[in-house]
Amino acid sequence: MVTRILFRVLLTTACLLLGQSGVAGAGQSAPKPPANDDCLACHGDPDAKRANGTHVAVDASVFGASRHGALACVDCHADLATLAEFPHADPLKKVNCASCHDDVGATYHDSIHAKAREKSGLNVAPVCADCHGRHDIRGKADPKSRVAHAQVPVTCGVCHDGIKLRYDAGVHAAALRQGNARAPVCADCHTAHAIQRADSDASRLRATAECGSCHTSVVESFTRTFHGKVTQLGSARVAACADCHGAHDILPASNPASSISPRNLQTTCGRCHTGANARFVQYDPHPNPRDYQRSKVLWWANRFYWVLIPGCFAFFGLHSVLWAWRSRRDARAHRDGIR
Amino acid sequence: MMDAVHIRRFDRPTRLLHIVVMSTFLGLSATGLPLLFSDAPWSRMLAALFGGFHGAGLVHRFFGATLLLAIVWHIGNVFWRAFVRGERGLFWGPTSMVPQPRDAVQLGQHITWFVGAGPRPRFEHFAYWEKFDYWAVLWGTALMGAAGLVLWFPVAAADVLPGWMFNVALFVHGAEATLAIGFIFVIHFFNGHLRPGKFPMDLVMFTGSVPEDEFREERAGEYSRLVATGGLAAVTAPAPSAALSYRGHLIGTAGLTIGLVLVAFILYAVLR
Repeated sequence: MVTRILFRVLLTTACLLLGQSGVAGAGQSAPKPPANDDCLACHGDPDAKRANGTHVAVDASVFGASRHGALACVDCHADLATLAEFPHADPLKKVNCASCHDDVGATYHDSIHAKAREKSGLNVAPVCADCHGRHDIRGKADPKSRVAHAQVPVTCGVCHDGIKLRYDAGVHAAALRQGNARAPVCADCHTAHAIQRADSDASRLRATAECGSCHTSVVESFTRTFHGKVTQLGSARVAACADCHGAHDILPASNPASSISPRNLQTTCGRCHTGANARFVQYDPHPNPRDYQRSKVLWWANRFYWVLIPGCFAFFGLHSVLWAWRSRRDARAHRDGIR
Repeated sequence: MMDAVHIRRFDRPTRLLHIVVMSTFLGLSATGLPLLFSDAPWSRMLAALFGGFHGAGLVHRFFGATLLLAIVWHIGNVFWRAFVRGERGLFWGPTSMVPQPRDAVQLGQHITWFVGAGPRPRFEHFAYWEKFDYWAVLWGTALMGAAGLVLWFPVAAADVLPGWMFNVALFVHGAEATLAIGFIFVIHFFNGHLRPGKFPMDLVMFTGSVPEDEFREERAGEYSRLVATGGLAAVTAPAPSAALSYRGHLIGTAGLTIGLVLVAFILYAVLR
């Protein structure tokens, strides 16, 4: 209680002094926006609190080291710039990041997180600061950043804790722990700002393309299958990567808990193909007609048609060309004969 | 020419069968090619003509089932003609569709004639390239139909087949389609319609008859046989009506156009 009263006294004194210097410097009409030091005079106190007891302290060293360290407080807290009286009444208006980051703002605006807040009134859905931080914002290239590649699962996991547990169990989290900088984190598949429902057609098609950005040959073999071709045609109603492999808890086939473990294949295929039996799951979802060891019959079929098709066209092509040549010569001879 | 004496080559059921095979083949090609060339820039557009991929799939199955039924009907009809009606010469003889030693000889003679080293062979009712077309369609429909049914009903197929046969079925369906589409829309179109002397199209499969002078020249073997056996009168027919010729031109033009457009699509996808 004593500190609170002391703080109030200090605050009032400081602001009075500030106010005087402001008036002296800026003339009568427009109040001069407060400098960062002016703000820190109050907010620099680690115990600074609002009347309702919530913290309003800003650590000058943390802010200085942040991505926005060079900015003025009023650059973001724009409503402070036109205030004449300090201490200002709280709360201030919400910071509008889109006043600078307008492109990201527009992308976020159409995302499921923004819609959750604005349409569904789900106030726990994140705004910029929930993922990026506030006065401690760091660029994603900074390993200490909340949005640094390796930190993304932690940041998303603050809310999506259950998904984070499953992600941590999968192969991609394991690769990330081993320092693989290309191992995908949440934002690689879901995007950072444009996040949509994962079961939307656009999301499903996007995710498949994302898998292909690393697993090139696997996705190439997938595009040889009916599933892959239909997916390429823009239909999301057939099996794509995540439908068989899972999304967050992807496990290798050698793991008995994996959806593609031989013991689970009938269940996995059976989710779409009701009644899939042991013979059914001998299907190869990633065939390669040039790999003799993988599928001998397919290899032979490929060879057979590589002989048959060019052979057929070569023979009948030549046959047609000769026929045309002969018929035209005969027609000309016939015409000349009549003439 | 309209008043010239004609020789009847194809009866109504045969012509109808050709139209069914032709229209289902065009439909199957147009609905199957988007999937075969799913990465081509035109694949989604072509599929969109049928209401997107799922619409194209439905139309494809409808045409596939129709073609299979037509072929089953045809095979049944051939056996009925042979064994119930006791028609002779269906499996062997001058008018048979079954390949015979004479066909190999005539192929050699034809090529000799192409290069100007011999006379034109005296063809019978069906020439070797027509028999090739016929058996290619029959074989292709059986194989693609079987593969198509496996892909249509995979769970049922897995009662007897191992799952890797789905991979083989899809590959064979696509490869056989490439062969069939290329063959029909290039080689058959040329042999039957576009070659000098027939250009732009041969109406015989749509009207059923051919002018006698053309028949005498093109089917010298059959003509001499008919004259010798006195069978010519039985196949002589009046010239097709103007309406029938018009309808033939219309159907033929539509078929040729669709086929050649699809060939252009394929060439664009392959060569781009």
